[in-house]
Amino acid sequence: MIIELGHYALVLALATCLVISVLPVIGARRGDAALMAVATTGTYALFGLVAFSFGVLTWGYVVSDFSVQNVYENSHSMKPMIYKISGVWGNHEGSMMLWVLILTLFSAMVAFFGTNLPDRLKANVLSVQAWITTAFTLFILLTSNPFVRLSPVPAEGQDLNPVLQDIGLAIHPPLLYLGYVGFSVCFSFAIAALIDGRIDAAWARWVRPWTLTAWTFLTAGISMGSYWAYYELGWGGWWFWDPVENASFMPWLAGTALLHSALVMEKRDALKIWTVLLAIIAFSLSLLGTFLVRSGVLTSVHAFATDPTRGIFILCILIIFIGGALTLFALRAPTLKAGGLFQPISREGALVLNNLILTVSAATVLIGTLYPLLLETLTDEKISVGPPFFNLTFGFLMAPLLLAVPFGPMLAWKRGDLLAALQRLYLAAGLALVAGLVLFYAENGGPVLAVVGLAMAFFLIFGALADLWFRAGFGKQTASIAWSRLKGLPRSAFGTSLAHMGLGITVLGIVAVTTFETETVVEMKPGMTAEAGGFVLTFDGMRAGQGPNYTEDRGHFTIRKAGVAVADVWSSKRLYTARRMPTTEAGIVTFGLSQLYVSLGDPMADGGLVVRIWWKPWILCIWLGTVVMMAGGVVSLSDRRLRVGVPKRRAKVVAPVPGQVAEAAE
Amino acid sequence: MTRKQKRLAVIAGGMGFILTAVLLVMFAFGQSIAYFYMPSDIATKGVGPDTRIRLGGLVAEGSVVRSEGSTVKFSVTDGNGTVPVMYTGILPDLFREGQGVVTEGMFTAGSQVFVADTVLAKHDENYMPKEVADRLKQDGVWQGGEKTQ
Repeated sequence: MIIELGHYALVLALATCLVISVLPVIGARRGDAALMAVATTGTYALFGLVAFSFGVLTWGYVVSDFSVQNVYENSHSMKPMIYKISGVWGNHEGSMMLWVLILTLFSAMVAFFGTNLPDRLKANVLSVQAWITTAFTLFILLTSNPFVRLSPVPAEGQDLNPVLQDIGLAIHPPLLYLGYVGFSVCFSFAIAALIDGRIDAAWARWVRPWTLTAWTFLTAGISMGSYWAYYELGWGGWWFWDPVENASFMPWLAGTALLHSALVMEKRDALKIWTVLLAIIAFSLSLLGTFLVRSGVLTSVHAFATDPTRGIFILCILIIFIGGALTLFALRAPTLKAGGLFQPISREGALVLNNLILTVSAATVLIGTLYPLLLETLTDEKISVGPPFFNLTFGFLMAPLLLAVPFGPMLAWKRGDLLAALQRLYLAAGLALVAGLVLFYAENGGPVLAVVGLAMAFFLIFGALADLWFRAGFGKQTASIAWSRLKGLPRSAFGTSLAHMGLGITVLGIVAVTTFETETVVEMKPGMTAEAGGFVLTFDGMRAGQGPNYTEDRGHFTIRKAGVAVADVWSSKRLYTARRMPTTEAGIVTFGLSQLYVSLGDPMADGGLVVRIWWKPWILCIWLGTVVMMAGGVVSLSDRRLRVGVPKRRAKVVAPVPGQVAEAAE
Repeated sequence: MTRKQKRLAVIAGGMGFILTAVLLVMFAFGQSIAYFYMPSDIATKGVGPDTRIRLGGLVAEGSVVRSEGSTVKFSVTDGNGTVPVMYTGILPDLFREGQGVVTEGMFTAGSQVFVADTVLAKHDENYMPKEVADRLKQDGVWQGGEKTQ
């Protein structure tokens, strides 16, 4: 019964969506405050209904109600509780439910925090959000209903894919979706502004917190996914340029560009049309990602069961939203007033360079991802575009950006002084070169190009610190004055600095691990030793083990440095009994920021075992950097100018909005 | 420089960057695209040595031989042709005789053995690489995978 209630709530949600899709837009056109107010109440109701429906599905998993087909196919009564819950989104239907849940959550947040928005804008934004929700709720109800019942009721479920039975699944999809779907708000703001035909600096200010939120979550989601793949798949890789990874990376690149171009719009009232286009592109790429992952056109770790009608349905959603948005953009963009001009060497100029490089890089990733699909559709020829393509194009295009990043914040708005920026940065550059050389020698060399990469990474880190240093006026003022000025700097300055520093740390990790990594594949028998990264590993033997829903063979290794045992590690091969599916659980030992990664292969006829050992120097920097980037996002979000109320006062000065009169009269 | 010249310089710079990107993409495509072949294609079309390709099919029953170290020899078949493959490294968890597989690598000059450096690992016991499944169904060799649950 309760399952049917969940289904019914979802149908009601669709009906609510339809109401919010239409009435507020009409209200906004006529200036009818009552109709516009439907948006806010309706959005809360919508979120409530979807949350209830999602809760019911979760309940089905928690009590292992195998009369529900979705639960039967993806759960097992012996599964630990955390995986029962995370299993809700470990399949196609459930993950679409999560998508819609997060979409409505964002709508509700816009309704809640948007009290300072002009009524018309708010009503339009919430309506556009409801259009997207309508499309996806319809998709779930028509093609991917998770509430289908089974009869007779099976006694036991088929269990979740073992690879997904990990804490990673509990965290990675929700974070990623918060990022993906968060860009829907930017999209809705862009569409609402285009409908209204009015865009100004205040618009950029309203959109900025949402872009920052989505960007921060997407950074977290991608980073988490990368670490999960690294430790779970047992191949020791942290990024595969898998089409699905690319699908999440492209919105991130576009979102990063949006974050920067919105700055120009907010501060200088320029790049308006471009910023609106970027907001549309960022969410379009999110939709494209959803299509690639959910339609089954790709074979990937992430592809669940495939069904052609689903692919076509999502493709239609894609065409309607992206096509519609771009058409509206093409119609309205010429009527928008272009903003001010500026010198090429200026803060704006640097931000334009950032946008150019990020969007072109995103475009190359897009081409590399879609070309095989396109070629197969057109000529039936099957090809694969592998990591070398992406490493070459993306790496080459991004390099100038990394070099330019420290200069950006040093340049003034309108007219910057490159020479002065150079003078401020040459110390940072010199130190970076020294640090790069020191690290290079400490890790016993490698290709000389690595020094360039390492120095570039250090330059990013030192450059970000130098920015704060000069802003506070250290060196010019006495230390105490500079210190108090540092404390008085706006939070967004710290946000910028942290985000750029985080980028540097990630680049450092990437360059170091690609250059200095060692991989050893050896056949080992108990008592034998292998050497990696200056450590000696002794294989002590195998032992059988038993988990809640799997059996395993665990190998034990003792790790010694200069004859002294410093650590030990278990590495195992598991067999999940319900699906008879084997997995590899790598043994990972952390030394500072570096890791030893031990993965077991097949047993040999003579009792030996193939063992693969990687030494991954500095690898934790990759993810540490993303954490610092996220911290930058959070700090920037807490900046004074983004807090509730501030944009409102500003907006009234800029342009009094008719809607607000109605609001005051209520 | 006048304002107009400055703007021209900026636009030229931007166009130059985009042009570089386009050339780079074309160059990289030429370098790193791998075409997909089935064993029977190898016999009919022929593949030159040192050309990077993907070879897919079923792992032939009884063909897997583990030699010393971590080198493995096996055959990939599609019913109409069979190609011997040599691979050094750890095979994916789901590598089994009679199962679908995609390998990436090249033929060396004067040898009929395909030297693979990658054997694709995927994550489902019902998994059949899409390219392989499409072709095998087309040729009527294999029918599974439609709806296994």
